[in-house]
Amino acid sequence: MRLLKPRVAMAVGVLSLASLVTLVILGLFVAPPDAVQSDAQRLMYLHVPVAWVAYLAFGVTALASALWLWPRTRSMVWDRLAGSSAELGVIFTALTLVDGSLWGKPVWGVWWAWDARLVTTAVLFFLYLGYLALRRIPSSVDARAKRCAIAALVAFADVPIVHFSVDLWRTLHQDGSVFNEELDAHIHGVMAFTLWFGVLAFTLLYVYLLDRRYRLAALDEEREEREVALAIAERVAPQAPPVPTPAPPVEMGTPR
Amino acid sequence: MSLLDEVRLVAGKDLRIEARSRVTLQQIVPFGLIVLVLFAFALDPDRGVLKRVAPGLFWITVLLAALLAVSRSYTIEADNGARDGLRLSGLDGPALFLGKAAAIAVQLLALEVVLAICVVVLYGIELNSLFPLVLATLAATVGVSATGTLYGVLAAGLRVRETLVPVLLLPVVAPVLLGATRAWEAAIDGVPSDAWPWVGLLGVFAVLFTAIGMLAFGSLLEEA
Repeated sequence: MRLLKPRVAMAVGVLSLASLVTLVILGLFVAPPDAVQSDAQRLMYLHVPVAWVAYLAFGVTALASALWLWPRTRSMVWDRLAGSSAELGVIFTALTLVDGSLWGKPVWGVWWAWDARLVTTAVLFFLYLGYLALRRIPSSVDARAKRCAIAALVAFADVPIVHFSVDLWRTLHQDGSVFNEELDAHIHGVMAFTLWFGVLAFTLLYVYLLDRRYRLAALDEEREEREVALAIAERVAPQAPPVPTPAPPVEMGTPR
Repeated sequence: MSLLDEVRLVAGKDLRIEARSRVTLQQIVPFGLIVLVLFAFALDPDRGVLKRVAPGLFWITVLLAALLAVSRSYTIEADNGARDGLRLSGLDGPALFLGKAAAIAVQLLALEVVLAICVVVLYGIELNSLFPLVLATLAATVGVSATGTLYGVLAAGLRVRETLVPVLLLPVVAPVLLGATRAWEAAIDGVPSDAWPWVGLLGVFAVLFTAIGMLAFGSLLEEA
């Protein structure tokens, strides 16, 4: 009923906290301000790792869903993992959109742009929001697991199509995108290190949160099982004061 | 019975119910028409906006109507133990899926013809290159019907079905809206070469989700 051993989980938690603190110091004080974007660029140390974790989380959801559907590897472990990871994915996607927007205002001059990546990420957010809604619908554990696994894979299959269509759309209508994709192509030294360190820190955070969420899901299932068992036991157990036997019913329609 | 016979059987059943109940004809088609008129109210026809955005409005209307069509397609399975009937019919999952999707597709195509005539008449647009337009419409309709049928069965039997299907379906068919709208724009502008990549994309979408639906339908129907 656990993803990681308690000690390992604790170690990952402490490590992620320490690396996040280090990332704050690196990103805010050690790394030099960007030549063009000055301090606004520091948001990238948050934005890139958060976006990476969002994609990682959805990837894990898809993989776990496939493993649940595959008869040989079917286990509730994969269902819980898929659900927990999707929840983190949605949160991190929302964070990606928000901090990207915060960065976009000073650098691009707008909160939002209909850029291919932005639109794809927004659709991704809604795709998995629907998946979470599906997960919350009460039903038998197995039926829910099957429905959710299929829904997760359908959503996952849609992502490349969304990406491709949005790409095609923006390249058709917007010659030479202003927001070219070389944002992190020519960076060196401390800045690159900080970025990679951020990816590491947030990956650790993801693993830690995934473990916590998984544990919560497992405990939730356990509680439900126990409640059902308790309710059954109450019904089956003989009541303490014996119920007085009711008087034999008077038969209707027979002459006395 | 071959797969085709089975598909025809299932689609025929749904279409016969429609022929007798006329829900699509008397409720979904009028719904589409009123949405088109409402768009004209919202975007003053005199400003020329309507003409430019007509393809987008057309496809949004089709998607909204498709939600109703999907909902209807599973409402008729909810009564009188019809879903159990489907499960016990001995028909294979792929045949059931294709049959139900085909019935939705036929109804949507009929709706699209009516709506297209209205868009031409009310919004004053001209359809210059019909061939890519028709192909894009067919592919988009198959794609929407397939995904709709898939999500319909996924939500069938759940109490929140009516509200769940839109939130699941609309993000997935976002590329269809995008592709079909752009293909229509190209067709209206009379530049069919711009439409072909979109027709291809719509085709890929339709094939992919038809395949997924055929694989998943039987097993989802058991849980419904």
